[in-house]
Amino acid sequence: MAWTRKILRVNLTQGSCASEPLNMEWAMQYLGQRGLGTKYLMSEIDPKVDPLSPGNKIIYTTGPLTGTMASTGGRYSVVTKGPLTGAIACSNSGGYFGAELKSAGWDMIIVEGSAAKPVYLHIENDKAQLLAADDLWGKTVWATEATLKQRHQDPLTRVSSIGRAGENQVLFAGIVNDLHRAAGRSGVGAVMGSKNLKAIAVRGTLGVGNIADPKVFMSAVVASKKVLAANPVTGQGLPKYGTQVLMNVINEMGASPTRNHRDVQFEGARKISGEAMHEKRATDGKTHLVANQACFGCTIACGRISQIDQTHFSVSTKPEYWGASGGLEYEAAWALGNANGVDDLEALQYANLICNEDGMDPISFGATIGAVMELYDLGILSKEDIGLEAPFGSAEALCKLTEMTARGEGFGKIIGLGSKRLCAKYGKPELSMTVKGQEFPAYDGRALQGMGLAYATSNRGACHLRGYMVSTEVFGIPIKTDPKATEGKPELLKAFQDATAVVDSSGLCVFTTFAWTMNDIQPQIQAACEGDWSLENLLATGERIWNLERDFNLAAGITSKDDTLPPRLLNEPCKTGPQAGMVAELGKMLPDYYRLRGWTLEGVPTAETRSRLGL
Amino acid sequence: MQKSLHIDPAKCTGCLQCEMACSYEHTGVFNPAKSRIKVFDFHHEGRKVPYTCTQCAEAWCLNACPVEAIKVDLATGAKVVADAVCVGCKVCTIACPFGTINYNHDSGKVQKCDLCGGVPACAAACPTSAITYVDADWTGLDRMRQWAQKTDAAARV
Repeated sequence: MAWTRKILRVNLTQGSCASEPLNMEWAMQYLGQRGLGTKYLMSEIDPKVDPLSPGNKIIYTTGPLTGTMASTGGRYSVVTKGPLTGAIACSNSGGYFGAELKSAGWDMIIVEGSAAKPVYLHIENDKAQLLAADDLWGKTVWATEATLKQRHQDPLTRVSSIGRAGENQVLFAGIVNDLHRAAGRSGVGAVMGSKNLKAIAVRGTLGVGNIADPKVFMSAVVASKKVLAANPVTGQGLPKYGTQVLMNVINEMGASPTRNHRDVQFEGARKISGEAMHEKRATDGKTHLVANQACFGCTIACGRISQIDQTHFSVSTKPEYWGASGGLEYEAAWALGNANGVDDLEALQYANLICNEDGMDPISFGATIGAVMELYDLGILSKEDIGLEAPFGSAEALCKLTEMTARGEGFGKIIGLGSKRLCAKYGKPELSMTVKGQEFPAYDGRALQGMGLAYATSNRGACHLRGYMVSTEVFGIPIKTDPKATEGKPELLKAFQDATAVVDSSGLCVFTTFAWTMNDIQPQIQAACEGDWSLENLLATGERIWNLERDFNLAAGITSKDDTLPPRLLNEPCKTGPQAGMVAELGKMLPDYYRLRGWTLEGVPTAETRSRLGL
Repeated sequence: MQKSLHIDPAKCTGCLQCEMACSYEHTGVFNPAKSRIKVFDFHHEGRKVPYTCTQCAEAWCLNACPVEAIKVDLATGAKVVADAVCVGCKVCTIACPFGTINYNHDSGKVQKCDLCGGVPACAAACPTSAITYVDADWTGLDRMRQWAQKTDAAARV
């Protein structure tokens, strides 16, 4: 079974917590986590609802493999309507919180309404209650976690919470668990803040059982762990360098968007790379990186634990930041670094710490700073507007603006709107490097044609985790394709998107797919879960989830005109590197993509597609 | 050969595969809350440290037990709690200087590492060899080898 078959429904308006059975018919169609959470959200809210109103709901959802020994089986997702995009938002996080929630006996928490005063949800196995959080409001994620563990006299309690960014409804606020693992994107933290829900603290001692075929499951788990260990990416590259293994590789490919996508290569990339994190600092002789860390059940362990340079200007008078903590992952390093032209590793780590501490998505935040710096460079924003000088490359400006945004101070309030609203406000909407209102991550859609299409069609706005075409275009996984080519990309992208939807619905981490194919994943799901989870059925499930998300967006008023890229990517060629001269040739791929999806030319699933997928 | 669990915290990533393996071996459920091995996270030092019973030769728990519920497994040297005999008085949890024997309120008995009868599930599950099951008389062998090499290299300079 693997599912606990129980949902916790929390109504903040009424102050109630109630248990209800999981809809197993839906579980058979949508598996869990991302898919099943989306099915519930779609069935329970009007997709046109204001995301920050009590009518929106927020769902914390695990997968059937969450809390099991399957490698990386510790994930949970937060599903809601996103305030940054107005689209479906689904942000996935690791750490230990998801497994703890499952171990407490819950597949999912559905939170509805809005509390009159700040509250937090405390769960101890089947006991769930809403408690006053007046004293926690205004506190950081880190302080909130520490306070709740102390209050409940249980250091093993796991906490998922928002910091001041979520409270202030920064439109890219994230939800952070276990100090530095985050459901980061699309502003899910702002939704939590709008509901006056500060935190969820959970302690689960029931464990996860109900595996359909334990013997087969354990042998599939052992075999799959061996595949991860033997693979050069998951067995060596990621443990040693983390996702930061990508910094130099992507930069050398000429696919590293730099200074708000003006350039595609960053001259300072090496200084902020995974390799640099291993080098001894001139100031104190220590390395930036202290250790790698795994999330629950993960045998890859790509997480970075770093220690900032105590003599750096950002922290020299702030000993509270001197301890080891979550370090730079590639996307954060890129967004805080390359996107702004900042090559000061310690400054990036400081900004990253603040993002973790107060719950902000470093990708959208960093990319928005890129837009601010370009507007400053063009003379549209002045020192008086911002409150400080903000030229490209300024580590001082980056650090100060991070604090201001996290705390809702001065110009930080405007940065907290995200780059789309900010650029529109200053009359330059074309300078916002976003799709559907969400900022790009760390790969250039001109240099990698498949990624361009992935960004344009992602259901949650620009995102690398909805169809990671970098795999094929850079690493040759599962096959090597030419980054410049458009032919064949729609087919590959559809396959990537559908398979990723399955992984995101299972409780597993998508990073396993550097090594695992569906042939490694399917036996683990089939052995754990009752029902038919053949390869064919799983891929149909992935496609069904993708189309359901599309349905949500269409109903929310997002259409094919939003499946596009900023004019800079369509018209301004890559200036340097192996892909020099390239623009994103979206028009060559999008019609094919729609056709392969079984959608009309307007990007709407046809009646035949709906019926084939049982939608 | 007597074998014992050997822990090298520097290799631990905090994945908790050991805790899941331990609980699954003993209860059939993946449940770190019921694991006999625990991983501690000293977060601000960036260290994760697994810890469990080291199977003392003169075991405080065994000597303290008023009903002789803790017996030596002659094959492995493990001090094993006989559930049928244990009365859940918890005196052993007071006697153990290391805290590695604990009460389980679900069973009403105490629980501790029993080396899984000679095939410890934690060591098998550990992806980084932070937990190994090695010759009890030579748990220091790897470290000695490293220092031997280092010392010799230094002497040859």
